[in-house]
Amino acid sequence: MPMLPKTWGHIVQESIRSLKRNGWLNFAAVGTTAVSLFILGFAVLLVINTNFIAGSVESNVEIRAYLNDGVTGDAITTLQTQIQAIPEVKDVRFISKDEALADLGQQFGQNGQLQESLGGSNPLPNSLEVRTTDPLDVDGVANLISSLPGVDQVRYGQGVVDKLFQLTYWIRLVGLTIVVLIGLCAIFLIATTIRLTMFARRREIGIMKLVGATDWYVRWPFLLEGIILGAAGSLIAIAVLFFSYRTLASKITAAMPFLPLMNSSLVLLQLFGGLLAAGIGLGVIGSLISLHRYLQA
Amino acid sequence: MIQFFNVSKVYNSAKALVGATLQIDRGEFVFLVGPSGAGKTTLLKMILREEVPTRGQVYVCGRSVTRMKHGEIPALRRQIGMVFQDFRLLQERTAYENVAFAMQVIGSGRAEIGRRVPEVLEQMGLKKAAGMFPKQLSGGEQQRVAIARALVNKPALLIADEPTGNLDRDTAWEIINCLQEINNQGTTVMIATHAREIVDTLRQRVIALENGRVVRDECEGAYANAT
Repeated sequence: MPMLPKTWGHIVQESIRSLKRNGWLNFAAVGTTAVSLFILGFAVLLVINTNFIAGSVESNVEIRAYLNDGVTGDAITTLQTQIQAIPEVKDVRFISKDEALADLGQQFGQNGQLQESLGGSNPLPNSLEVRTTDPLDVDGVANLISSLPGVDQVRYGQGVVDKLFQLTYWIRLVGLTIVVLIGLCAIFLIATTIRLTMFARRREIGIMKLVGATDWYVRWPFLLEGIILGAAGSLIAIAVLFFSYRTLASKITAAMPFLPLMNSSLVLLQLFGGLLAAGIGLGVIGSLISLHRYLQA
Repeated sequence: MIQFFNVSKVYNSAKALVGATLQIDRGEFVFLVGPSGAGKTTLLKMILREEVPTRGQVYVCGRSVTRMKHGEIPALRRQIGMVFQDFRLLQERTAYENVAFAMQVIGSGRAEIGRRVPEVLEQMGLKKAAGMFPKQLSGGEQQRVAIARALVNKPALLIADEPTGNLDRDTAWEIINCLQEINNQGTTVMIATHAREIVDTLRQRVIALENGRVVRDECEGAYANAT
């Protein structure tokens, strides 16, 4: 795209001039871009958060191995070593009867009411808490542990894990499908809008070509216009997304504090950068698609 | 300046031009006449390379238009000024801006534009109209703006397709006089026209087309055949 530097002034001038002149058309273009990218960004945030929640639930899936009352001291240590030796196991933690009772007490509330109602005795067994490196291995590891001597009972979220994996898989799939579809909608809308702009300016293009403008001279103002429109649309989408996400996230956190929400400003920044790039990209693609037709002959 | 060698143009099955051969030299003033659909516009479009011949060769300024690459078309068109029956001015720009546009588009500098545009406007007697929009101008003034735009890049050739078609008799003469003046200053001028009175009065070279064929090419010709 060879271009003498001194023509750039005119090209920028042309873009601004046409932006001013085709007011409502540009409004439509910016509006559709903003709406499309907002929905796109919202969908991406939904997927990110679903993944985030699923991920944290997954990593919380642990195996509880309850020990027979007779197992004490060295036997516990041996058992611990044996379990730790299983390759899929990440860590093993011993939880004594007393700790288990204290935990329970905390969950039920303070004031020692629980201990009082139990009459001073502790019915809870010693246990081992086992976490695997990959949550998918929970099933196999649990089976292995239950066959070890001294282990009374093994508990983990049987079935829940499988269902959770299925759920997150579908959420990701549906989410990504929606994102792709909405992205295509955005391209279509922008291309259409720029085609309208171009139709409104077909006389200008005709005269440009007639007096000997190069193809790139004709293209640049439209490309620049597309870039400006796409960027403006994505900036609006980003602003709305930022404030609505912040509000929504704080409301959700207030209502359901146990639900972990993605709150990393780096991830948000990456998303917003991506949306801006997407807006500009859509503007360029839209312009080029629409321009192609007018530069034949 | 312009050479056509046995040029034919076929649209689908309709023959717009059949075996046309002609030569126009630098500095000539030529009328192109013939009934509607005789092929005048097709012939002019080939000079601008808006159309490519089905057969034959077209040379403009010594270069083959037929074999020209897409990227070379702008250079060709910069040597040709074009004027139309319907003026083709940009309505939302002033007379000055319309003329300046033709210079901006080919990458002329600001200073050059600031010098050249007023010069051409004055040459066309449009000094007072510079800041006005086409709607505020008469037909004759609009056509003069269009001619100014065609001339501003100093083309070697000026082509006018029915330049007086939308104008009354007096204004038509005014425009023709303008074009003659331009020709006197050395620019080759080619006018496709239906204006019998003008052609018959001026007695310039006349090329007549009928059904896509060159049927007459006379030095001091008339609109219709003398016989």
